[in-house]
Amino acid sequence: MYKSHIRPFLLLLFSLSTLSLSFGQGSADGDPVAGEKLFNNNCAQCHAYDAAVVVGPGLKGIEERRDYDWLKAWIQNPAAVIASGDDYAVELYEKYNKTQMTAFQSFGDEEISAILAYVKQANEAAPAAAEADGGAAVAAAGDSGNGKVFNVILVALLVIMGLVLLALLAVLNLLNQLNKGDSEVIDTRGIGQRVNDGLRSVFQNATVRNAIIVLFLLFGAKATFDGLYGIGVHQGYAPTQPIPFSHKLHAGEMEISCAYCHTGVYKGKQAGIPSASICMNCHNTIKQGSPNIQKIYAAIENDQPIEWVRVHNLPDLAYFNHSQHTAVAGLDCENCHGEIPQMEVVQQRHSLTMGWCIDCHRETDVNSKGNAYYDALLEAHNAASSENMKVEDIGGLECARCHY
Amino acid sequence: MENTTKKYWKGIEEYRNDIEVVKNAEKEFNLEDLDGGTHRRDFLKMLGFGVTAVSLAACDAPVRKTIPYLNKPESVEPGVPNYFATTYAEGGEFCSVLVKTVEGRPIKIEGNKLSSITNGGVSARVHASVLSLYDNEKLKGPQKEGKDISWEDLDKEVMAGLSSASNIRIVSSSVFSPTTKKVVADFTSKYPSAVHVTYDANSASGIIEANEASFGKAAIPSYNFDKANVIVGVNCDFLGTWLSPVEFAGQWAKGRKLTSGKDGKHTMSRHYQFETGLTTTGASADYRGMIKPSQEGALLVALYNKLAGNTIGNSAFSDELLDKCVADLKAASGSALVVSGSNDKAIQTVVNGINSLLGSYGNTISFAKTLNNRQGTSAEVAQFVSDLNGGKVDAVIFMDANPVYSHPQGAKIAESLAKVKTSVSFADRADETAAICKFIAPAPHYLESWGDVEPKTGSYSLQQPTISLIYNTRQAQSSLLAWAGLDSDYHKYLKSNWKSNILSGKSWVSVLHDGVYDSGASSDGTVSFAGDLGAAAASIASSKDGGLEIAVFESVAIGTGNQANNPWLQEVPDPISKVTWENTLAVSQKTANELGLEKGDWAKLSAGGYEIELPVLIQPGQAHSTVSVAMGYGRTAAGKAGNVGANANPFTNGVNWTGGASIEKTKSGYTLAQTQTHETVMGRSAVVQESVLSEYVKDNKAGRFEPMIETSEGAVKPYTITLWNGHEKKNHSWGMVIDLNTCTGCAACLVSCQAENNVAVVGKKEVVRAREMHWIRLDRYYSTDADTEYQINPSHLEKMEHASENPEVVIQPMMCQHCSNAPCETVCPVLATTHSSEGLNQMTYNRCVGTRYCANNCPYKVRRFNWWKYYENDQFDYNMNNELGRMVLNPDVTVRSRGVIEKCSMCVQRIQAGKLTAKKEKRRPVDGEIETACSQSCPTGAILFGDMLDPNSRISKALEVEKEGRAFHVLEEINVQPQISYLTKIRNKDLVDSKAPGMHSATEHHEEEAHAEEEHNG
Repeated sequence: MYKSHIRPFLLLLFSLSTLSLSFGQGSADGDPVAGEKLFNNNCAQCHAYDAAVVVGPGLKGIEERRDYDWLKAWIQNPAAVIASGDDYAVELYEKYNKTQMTAFQSFGDEEISAILAYVKQANEAAPAAAEADGGAAVAAAGDSGNGKVFNVILVALLVIMGLVLLALLAVLNLLNQLNKGDSEVIDTRGIGQRVNDGLRSVFQNATVRNAIIVLFLLFGAKATFDGLYGIGVHQGYAPTQPIPFSHKLHAGEMEISCAYCHTGVYKGKQAGIPSASICMNCHNTIKQGSPNIQKIYAAIENDQPIEWVRVHNLPDLAYFNHSQHTAVAGLDCENCHGEIPQMEVVQQRHSLTMGWCIDCHRETDVNSKGNAYYDALLEAHNAASSENMKVEDIGGLECARCHY
Repeated sequence: MENTTKKYWKGIEEYRNDIEVVKNAEKEFNLEDLDGGTHRRDFLKMLGFGVTAVSLAACDAPVRKTIPYLNKPESVEPGVPNYFATTYAEGGEFCSVLVKTVEGRPIKIEGNKLSSITNGGVSARVHASVLSLYDNEKLKGPQKEGKDISWEDLDKEVMAGLSSASNIRIVSSSVFSPTTKKVVADFTSKYPSAVHVTYDANSASGIIEANEASFGKAAIPSYNFDKANVIVGVNCDFLGTWLSPVEFAGQWAKGRKLTSGKDGKHTMSRHYQFETGLTTTGASADYRGMIKPSQEGALLVALYNKLAGNTIGNSAFSDELLDKCVADLKAASGSALVVSGSNDKAIQTVVNGINSLLGSYGNTISFAKTLNNRQGTSAEVAQFVSDLNGGKVDAVIFMDANPVYSHPQGAKIAESLAKVKTSVSFADRADETAAICKFIAPAPHYLESWGDVEPKTGSYSLQQPTISLIYNTRQAQSSLLAWAGLDSDYHKYLKSNWKSNILSGKSWVSVLHDGVYDSGASSDGTVSFAGDLGAAAASIASSKDGGLEIAVFESVAIGTGNQANNPWLQEVPDPISKVTWENTLAVSQKTANELGLEKGDWAKLSAGGYEIELPVLIQPGQAHSTVSVAMGYGRTAAGKAGNVGANANPFTNGVNWTGGASIEKTKSGYTLAQTQTHETVMGRSAVVQESVLSEYVKDNKAGRFEPMIETSEGAVKPYTITLWNGHEKKNHSWGMVIDLNTCTGCAACLVSCQAENNVAVVGKKEVVRAREMHWIRLDRYYSTDADTEYQINPSHLEKMEHASENPEVVIQPMMCQHCSNAPCETVCPVLATTHSSEGLNQMTYNRCVGTRYCANNCPYKVRRFNWWKYYENDQFDYNMNNELGRMVLNPDVTVRSRGVIEKCSMCVQRIQAGKLTAKKEKRRPVDGEIETACSQSCPTGAILFGDMLDPNSRISKALEVEKEGRAFHVLEEINVQPQISYLTKIRNKDLVDSKAPGMHSATEHHEEEAHAEEEHNG
């Protein structure tokens, strides 16, 4: 969510910076929006835009450290720069455990300038972003309260019911004794005996017995229906994977863009599980020795793909297309998958039931801005209604949108 | 009161105390006969077990694996299809196609619109060929005498055999691949004794030989049916099977398209067809005459005589229709075309003479570009057969040829072949010929192969693999190269041949991408006729009437039988007879009466010492004293699905007919697996609307039936009174316009739909029970001689049910009409079928509980019920019962399970995909970007699909002019408001000749009224 908050900021800063800065070649020519995408898809696995060291050095102030031509040569072919005996390059190579940067030969001036522009903007915008972050966190805190409140009320009700029952029992006992007429007579029975008799008399009462049976049946029915509705719902499913891949590390701490590994997420119906070759983009140099990384090496050597366990399973009768929701609707992955960057083991956070899908289709506005596909629809909708155009309004609840 | 123990007997059996009665005394109901045999106790037991099993199963999440690529190719994105251009070329048939692949497996064939020959059209057989790729009855690797052998050993032994041979023959179907020809030449230079014999299962030998004699060109010319105003076909099924049917159908349709409106096209070609059995071409013709095969020659000689005004020989043939035809041909000189499917050189010589008279050469026929897909001649094959039988051949290689099955003397060939020292077949399975060969070096399917073809001079089409090899196979070309001692990499060979000989500097990659390449080469096409018509006429005159004659024809679905083991094709209903899964003996009603044959009989047909036994089909339009039998059936080694019917090839001998046949009834009471048993439309002009051209020129709405509903305020149009609220369509309104004028019934749409929508094959037994699952039906209606005015009179209705002797035919594609006021939707108790805001009638399988109320309430009867689970079920042992066969399934469409209804979804998955592409590119979908499977594959463009809310779409424009013209809704009077419109069938026929219901009664009524008025006035 915060990305959409931050974007106007970035644009503002960018427009300011283009006014104030005038380099020959460098970040001033670049488009930071394109740069952000490029950075996330290609650089973020090893570099942070600020000063933090991930695998390679942080890129904050990179343009002050090196000139543009050097950077271009380095990005396009780092091996050649090292081989040329460039002091800075060799030093860098030695400093970072002789880990050589991936070459990006396809990057031309446009791409490199864009990335540099993004790095610059991102560092300038960092304080602002932190503020925005804080705001978002506060908003999120009040969010998941609903469920808890409900539970508390339920428990409270149960306690009250119990108390009422006890009070009723006491009254019943008293009435019983009054009925016998000899309140004066001292009851000779022991306390245990008395409670026993009391309970017996209560359970011998037909109304109470019937009430208990009815209650029991009602609870039983509810449990059965709940159970039936739960069939096939695997919310909270978090299977053990053949390699304990940590999304917390990769997506969270390393901030690798989801689409870097899940290549299909903006293109097709499947987000896709990354092939071993994608792992190798980084792990051919990083943590080679780890026994789990060795499993990837073994898979490639033995020509035996890694068999991951699917976490999010939709039934075959439902058609779901990732790109409709990501590329067209502009939704973030977290929307359906939960806070993946915080998950050590990926867990199915939402029920993925049809009701869950439909609820969202009822509530979500169509991302129609700037998309000519929706222009006429939007116009017609706005003429007839003052509400925003929801997915529901353009047929998002129809059966054959997902079932065919 | 005495006799209180009076005993009553149920019957005489009980009185006699028969053994059966004693045995069954305790059983009130004879349960053994009940289908299935599930009893109450078993049912309860199963129920109990089922509930427990389900609840146990529900406790655990099913562990589903997800297995990524090890090294994902950059071009492949799981879930995003890729398209590759390639070429179908088998047994002399060809088609430039695009192949849709998902994750590296081909699932659908589509036409390549860049092809200048097929123009994006695809036939039923080409569509079905993708399933043949996944045939699990193919050989898994090379074999020697039925045992597995390695390629190295095979090469060694074959090469030893070839080098010791002094008489090698390569027998293949027509090779129209320039590179394969080069391979054969390379092979021949290594083994000089090798002779290449071209053997076509259904050859065009007659045309080639006649052209050589007439023009000095032993080739087949290009035909241009689109340039012909008058077309005459004589036993020539050019819309279904003859030479290049997809191309011809497209051309023919150009001349048949009509547009209403003031400036619309109101002219069309006139098509005469003279034929023995009723074919799709005859059904689509304006005038159709019935002739016996022995009359072909006489008819053409008579035609020549009348056209030329002089006689080349006597002809006893005379027919009113022929005179009419002559008059039209004379008037259309220079834009006329006469074609014959005969394989008799004399007959084709007369055809050449006629076409020369008419000035067809250079206009409707051209030798500038020759058609190369049939090259075999009978003489060449006869020479090979006699050499083989004479023991003069010591090594033979079969490439895409199966003469033991398809040659008339197959049995003799089999016998001689067994004696040949070295025999090799490249067949994909141990077919009839390969099984006798010593070695089988299986070649892969065309979708796994590299290759090229040159179907017409200078027009090339490339083949590229769309999947890696499924089995341990090797291309025939690679094998030949290997045996010639050359590098067996055919890909490299092909590329280098193209670069040095064909491309002339163009980029290989771009040509491979397009799939087709036109070099522009052509030769001087001018020809002058020099054929000996006198000799031809004399030869024809010697051919006598053969009594009961057998005509052997190629059927639209099975063809010559090379794809016989394809269950999709076996289940394609024949466009005319609607029979599936077997061939039949088609006879006319009159002949059947004479021979004592009835519907449901089986009979033995014999001629020239060969006999077959098949069910009898009473076929309207069949010439009298003839029996039509389809070739391509009666395979014995095709596989589970393919070994059906009986082999008719031995009846033929050079020409596709034989005389002197006899037929004998053997048994009765059989039900043919037909998908349609009704013959006529029973005068229902609300269903089929037709007229003739002369009426249409006067009134664009000619032949239209416009029902009116009586109300208290007088008669009104049906749509003005309604109980329905309708559905608002804001975004899209998907619909179709189907032109009855250009639909030939070729069934390409049907197979295309089957492939796209995972439609199950149900088998013969279920088709008999009318449980076929096809989503699109090609309803075929014959005209009747009875008065089609409705009368409440059972005997009259019975008359209406009978087709004419030589009927007019209408073929009407019928699928879900996507009614806006859908009767099915209102009766579904669980809302499994609902309406979308884009005009689609949606079917939700997971909601359906199978009441079948919707199917009951559907006025068009297009809903299909899954009576069984058709996948992973040994009862239906077709492609969905094995892992390889299931590879063809479209991952975007649910495979339906038992107990649910299904029907045409208007390819909603394609609509959704097309919309998504547009949304991603932030634009509206462009017309033509989204096509349904049926509309995309139609070779004649008879099905037009599009968004009726888009004012610029072709469908909107068509409907704009046709609304007050030919467009109608089937069953308009029930006001269901379908999204599908049909365009009236217009025949280029004189009004008096028309058999369409209502055509004459209308004029008669006018006359009657006029008379009445006169009388009144008088």
